[in-house]
Amino acid sequence: MAYFSQQLINAITLGAIYGLIAIGYTMVYGIIGMINFAHGEVFMIGAFISLIGFMICSLLGIGSAPLAILLVLLLAMAFTAVYGWAIERLAYRPLRGSFRLAPLISAIGVSIVLQNYVQLAQGARPKPGGQIVSGGYNLFSADGFDVRVTWLQIIIVAVTLVLMTGFTWVIARTPLGRQQRACEQDMKMAALLGVNVNKTISLTFVMGAALAAVAGMLFLMYYGVIDFFIGFLAGIKAFTAAVLGGIGSLPGAMLGGLLIGLIEVFWAGYFSSEYKDVAVFAILVLVLIFRPTGLLGKPEIEKV
Amino acid sequence: MGPRLPALLKDAALTAFVAAALGLFIVGFRTVDIGSTKGLSFDYQFVDLAIAVAAIFVGRLGLSMAAEGQRWPALILGGILGVVGVSSVNLPSTFLHWFVGLAGLLVIGRTLWPSADRALSRARQSPGGRTVGRIGARWLGGILLACAFLMPMMPFADQKTMDLGVLILTYVMLGWGLNIVVGLAGLLDLGYVAFYAVGAYSYALLSTQYGLGFWSVLPLAGAFAATFGLVLGFPVLRLRGDYLAIVTLGFGEIIRLVLINWVDLTNGPAGVGDIPGPTLFGAVFAETAPPGHRTFSQMTGIPFDGTQRLIFLYYIILGLALITNLFALRMRRLPVGRAWEALREDEIACRALGLNPTNIKLTAFAIGAMFAGFAGSFFAAKQRFISPESFVFIESAIILAIVVLGGMGSQIGVVLAAVLLIGLPEWFRDLGNYRMLVFGLAMVLIMVFRPRGLIAHREPSVRLHAAPPGGGG
Repeated sequence: MAYFSQQLINAITLGAIYGLIAIGYTMVYGIIGMINFAHGEVFMIGAFISLIGFMICSLLGIGSAPLAILLVLLLAMAFTAVYGWAIERLAYRPLRGSFRLAPLISAIGVSIVLQNYVQLAQGARPKPGGQIVSGGYNLFSADGFDVRVTWLQIIIVAVTLVLMTGFTWVIARTPLGRQQRACEQDMKMAALLGVNVNKTISLTFVMGAALAAVAGMLFLMYYGVIDFFIGFLAGIKAFTAAVLGGIGSLPGAMLGGLLIGLIEVFWAGYFSSEYKDVAVFAILVLVLIFRPTGLLGKPEIEKV
Repeated sequence: MGPRLPALLKDAALTAFVAAALGLFIVGFRTVDIGSTKGLSFDYQFVDLAIAVAAIFVGRLGLSMAAEGQRWPALILGGILGVVGVSSVNLPSTFLHWFVGLAGLLVIGRTLWPSADRALSRARQSPGGRTVGRIGARWLGGILLACAFLMPMMPFADQKTMDLGVLILTYVMLGWGLNIVVGLAGLLDLGYVAFYAVGAYSYALLSTQYGLGFWSVLPLAGAFAATFGLVLGFPVLRLRGDYLAIVTLGFGEIIRLVLINWVDLTNGPAGVGDIPGPTLFGAVFAETAPPGHRTFSQMTGIPFDGTQRLIFLYYIILGLALITNLFALRMRRLPVGRAWEALREDEIACRALGLNPTNIKLTAFAIGAMFAGFAGSFFAAKQRFISPESFVFIESAIILAIVVLGGMGSQIGVVLAAVLLIGLPEWFRDLGNYRMLVFGLAMVLIMVFRPRGLIAHREPSVRLHAAPPGGGG
């Protein structure tokens, strides 16, 4: 029981991070129907900017952890968002209206470019991030086993909840969200009704990238070490989460992230940690085969 | 210059500003390890960043001037960049020399492109040009083939060149195999390397465990890989194109993880070694033969030479590649090949005409997998050692890049792209670190500027007689 509870806490933390990345996939897919393969790399860039941000904070002598986290959060969101914007502008927008697989191939190219760019600029060695938040709270102990939730885990879940609520509100209640939903339904009609489609799509990428940056920062704080390659695996898992939840659906992405976190942690905890990634990929394949619309997704009707 | 200059300057300044924001942290603050103790420190690269941003500013200004038709100012700006790039001005790194120089080249190219393009298309449209083009298209393949056949006999064919030749041909074969899946049937397969791995491990394990020879395993390896293709393809081929891409990617990763973790079968990350090379009528290419075999020099009386093995490998892979090519070319004319192309063009129309998309896709998928299996077992026989390291996603991406760069569906394009992408980086070792960067960039740029590839062939192989040339599907 104690072991189970501990795994559950770890799984929720991990799931929160995947959920944040998955939102970026789901929003982009919803609005322009492409898999932004480079999104995992955007997450990786966010993690690197956070690492550098924390180092700058300590250089400037900002000792208080909450202040440092807040500053780095804003910094990483802002600068990673520029990446999201630039990628869309340079690699995807010119391809709108090209053949179906063109944006995906372009996205793979972007992903390779970003990985190697970071590798060249920052080196290939894993970068230790240091511990920013330590300590925790013992919930209860049973079978001689302390079930512990660390402050960091609380921060991760809290930040995720706040951001997800915020973004759900943006999509549901603001003019920008309305424009996004309009573009999602029918881009041409939205344009005729005065929605600036290009701007809306750009902002979607900006929002997705900002959330990926947050995920990157949380990942850095949680695992304490990053390298230029983390985006690949995290990206695929988050994509799996988005598909599992129903791609295009925002609550679906959160749910999917949570489920992927659960599957991964419990598989590693109870079966074998070597095959935990195989389990996640297998889930992806199974979901796509048996329920391609995901848990909360709408069925897709292909029009001629 | 005209009144548009302030607007162009503003645009260039904005671009430079965005570039600066992109580079500020990742490029400007280089994190370096300090000693063995945990911790990092900064190595500031602001000068590099400033130079790169300045080059982007000038380059963007030049590009937009070229777009406005102001040729001379654009040429001057491009010239300045180019001169700075190639000059001995003391830029902090060689990379920046390349960066600035290529920016200059880009501006000059963009400026001169419209007139060059016009001249080219005029030449192509003229009756003489058409004939030349047709003859060129027909004979280019023949010339390349003759070169490929004669290559080992050339005086410059030393060990290094032969190695490179074998490597390029392996990628040509993989490219042709993937071309069946991606180019003809329009299925984006991001896990192609998985079938390559299946072929390689089939040969490695069957030869080291059961003592089977290369030639008897070769068809088996193809069959295994094709079976894997069928098993994977059957459930997932109903999916839409981009989902299929991700599922194949996931499948590729699953295979790799299984190869790493199933230590009993595959020996895990340590890989399989001592794989025997291919034999020629039972003769091995080595100085001394294992019991039960004779060496090539014993059989023919030609004295032993280390390059004989390479030459032999070269002709095997050339043969295998040509079989792949021939197969693909003939398949295109068969009903199933025509169905592939029809499916690529319009799946809904195919369904309406009574074709079964899943079966058609499945054949393409399995045939592509089969050729990857052949190539894989050749790879194992050539390397004599394989490990899961050789079958990572980036290999799939490289093969895909070859197909895309060559123009999906184009056979000759694959050859040129393989020479370009595999050969050039090997010749210019300096480029090594930037190879993948260039790869990725090439994929994006080709999709943006020439989505049909450098040498395009997305026209269906068979058309009704009356159809106008170039008419869309």
